Amino acid sequence: MTVPLEKVGEEMILNMGPQHPATHGVLRLVLQLEGEVVKRIVPMIGYLHRGIEKLCEERTYIQNLVLTDRLDYTAAMSNNLSYALAVERLCGIEVPERAQVIRVIMAELSRIAAHLLWIGTYALDIGAITPFFYCFREREKVLDMFEMISGQRITPSYICIGGVRKDITPEFLEALKSFTDTFETYILDYEALLTKNPIWLSRTRDVAVLSREEAINWGTTGPVLRASGVQFDFRKATPYCGYENYEFEIPYGTNGDCYDRYRVRMEELRQSNRIIKQAMANLPDGPILADVPYVVMPDKSDVLTDIEALIKHFKIASGAFQIPKGEVYSSIENPKGELGFYIVSDGSSRPYRMRIKSSCFVNLSTLPVMVEGRHMVADVVAAVGSIDIVLGEVDR
Amino acid sequence: MDLGMLVFIVIKILVVFGLVMLTVAYLTLLERKVLAHMQVRVGPMFAGPHGILQPIADGIKLFFKEDIVTKQADKVFYFLAPALSIIPVLMIFAVIPFGDKTTLFGLLKEPVELRITGLRIDILYVFAMSGLATYGVVFGGWSQNNKYALIGGIREAAQLISYEVAFTLSIFGVVMVAGTLQLDKIVEAQRNVWFIVYQPVGFLIFLTASVAELKRTPFDLPEAESELVAGFHADYSSMKFAMFFMAEYASIVVCSCLGTLLFLGGWLGPSILPPFVWYLIKVFVLIFVIIWLRATYPRLRYDQLMKFGWKFLIPVSFLNIFVTAIVILLVR
Repeated sequence: MTVPLEKVGEEMILNMGPQHPATHGVLRLVLQLEGEVVKRIVPMIGYLHRGIEKLCEERTYIQNLVLTDRLDYTAAMSNNLSYALAVERLCGIEVPERAQVIRVIMAELSRIAAHLLWIGTYALDIGAITPFFYCFREREKVLDMFEMISGQRITPSYICIGGVRKDITPEFLEALKSFTDTFETYILDYEALLTKNPIWLSRTRDVAVLSREEAINWGTTGPVLRASGVQFDFRKATPYCGYENYEFEIPYGTNGDCYDRYRVRMEELRQSNRIIKQAMANLPDGPILADVPYVVMPDKSDVLTDIEALIKHFKIASGAFQIPKGEVYSSIENPKGELGFYIVSDGSSRPYRMRIKSSCFVNLSTLPVMVEGRHMVADVVAAVGSIDIVLGEVDR
Repeated sequence: MDLGMLVFIVIKILVVFGLVMLTVAYLTLLERKVLAHMQVRVGPMFAGPHGILQPIADGIKLFFKEDIVTKQADKVFYFLAPALSIIPVLMIFAVIPFGDKTTLFGLLKEPVELRITGLRIDILYVFAMSGLATYGVVFGGWSQNNKYALIGGIREAAQLISYEVAFTLSIFGVVMVAGTLQLDKIVEAQRNVWFIVYQPVGFLIFLTASVAELKRTPFDLPEAESELVAGFHADYSSMKFAMFFMAEYASIVVCSCLGTLLFLGGWLGPSILPPFVWYLIKVFVLIFVIIWLRATYPRLRYDQLMKFGWKFLIPVSFLNIFVTAIVILLVR
């Protein structure tokens, strides 16, 4: 790719990335610098493009699930959920009560995992190294729980079309309980290191400000939007998975700077923990998968003993099933913002077209608005970090 | 000067050099261990029990690494820079005293000073040398012809100008109270009260400015990992990189020694322990504080660092000198 900027006079063109410790993956930023002040900034993306949307057209709806894990790999459960909800709406599948609650638990756990990763790496960007290890200590526990129920830590593919793949175990509930009981005190640990630290404040306050109007006009979602003072959350606006039954607040900021984004995410950790506690208290009994023949995989133990189930399993696995013709768009509140799936079905077992709406991509496009003309190189790092991008989702 | 004296001085130089290099090597291990335990980790564990051989392994590895010289580098300064950064730091050790006069537990007939040599203007010499050390970093950053390294070098130059002034001014108070520029005399002047009691503000300014001098968190802008990748030593490898690294850690030792000598009473302490041990304890307390800062604070921004230096530290150090002078006048 060529450099999109031209050097004027004493200015310097600095290429940041695609291999740079602070660009969180393979983002490439081209900066036009005057001294250390950033005159212009051009984010260049596409280094992690894997053509997931196109790949989805070649695979069945069941197989596509594992591709969604690889979008925002810090919160794979949420991606699974968003995709599953879209396909379920297309087929009109009603998900059992118990599965809904388990989905909420998993979505919130993945939000915690994603935000912990963000806090740790963001502190690392600003130069504080200790919060990273503290955050990873707790993130590790969440990933261990994911492993406990799905066998995978990063790419669980646990939430599937029609429900969840396996029922949760008593051991999992025990681990979850001890995690939720102690998590609040750990949040205080991170806050003790950062929230009132004068250097942290001076590095994040009034840095990379995105005003309320700009945030709305650019179509940002998630913590970036909320930090700019818009109290909007898909969990409240268009509840899914029974989010209307839980009590939680939507934190929001007032200035739209890096510090507000940090505060919003910190508070979201607490709210997620609160939601998980409520979900655990009201975990209903019942099936975990909807009984929809030829779309939802039958139980594995039935497959081994029952010929009917075996035939269903075989037909689904070999792609011999049909999804009703139609179009659907469904989106959820991912840790980063709106993650939406637009699916066009031509009635076969493979999507005719699938489009993924990524909040990371939209939020990243506001970077020049935040930084150009008023900030220094160090602030670019602070701004990129505060947007919380995952290149897997930006490039898709 | 007879031959015996010459041999004696050479032995002293070798002993000090060896000890400094050993301390520098094990400082890296100490830093990794202290940081690790503050960050719920254990640090190096595999090279020897509790990683005790890790510095040696690191040294061997660095020694055998390929020495890369980039095409665009300005060769003369590129080769000169690592040496320029470490030699002045090592030269400072020529005047640093490590303890009182001693007979080494009766081994020697006459008591000897635990230092290589002394000047009448020790402190002036120390500042001259520590100012020189910056050239290594600036030349290193500039000679690589690498944009990140250049920014690192510029930052270092700006940082030095802002902090060297406060660093020097912070010690004026001590010099005024002690009435001498000789380090051993300054320590002797603290026989009754350590100067940290008379000069608490001076000590805090000294600590802050020396952390900035050392390019360590929260003032580690010249090498800012997350912004400039590695800053001024981006294109250096093998022993050239190791020399920058050793210079950095040797300066930590120098600054801790100076802090101990000027503010913490040097080797003075209750006679339950030998003076040299007291000295070591105090030095390592200061080193620990410097490592501790790294585990706690994020990094300042370039303009904030300058603002802090010029608009806060320097006025406060002038005020400190002013107040000290008035008090001395009144007391006399």
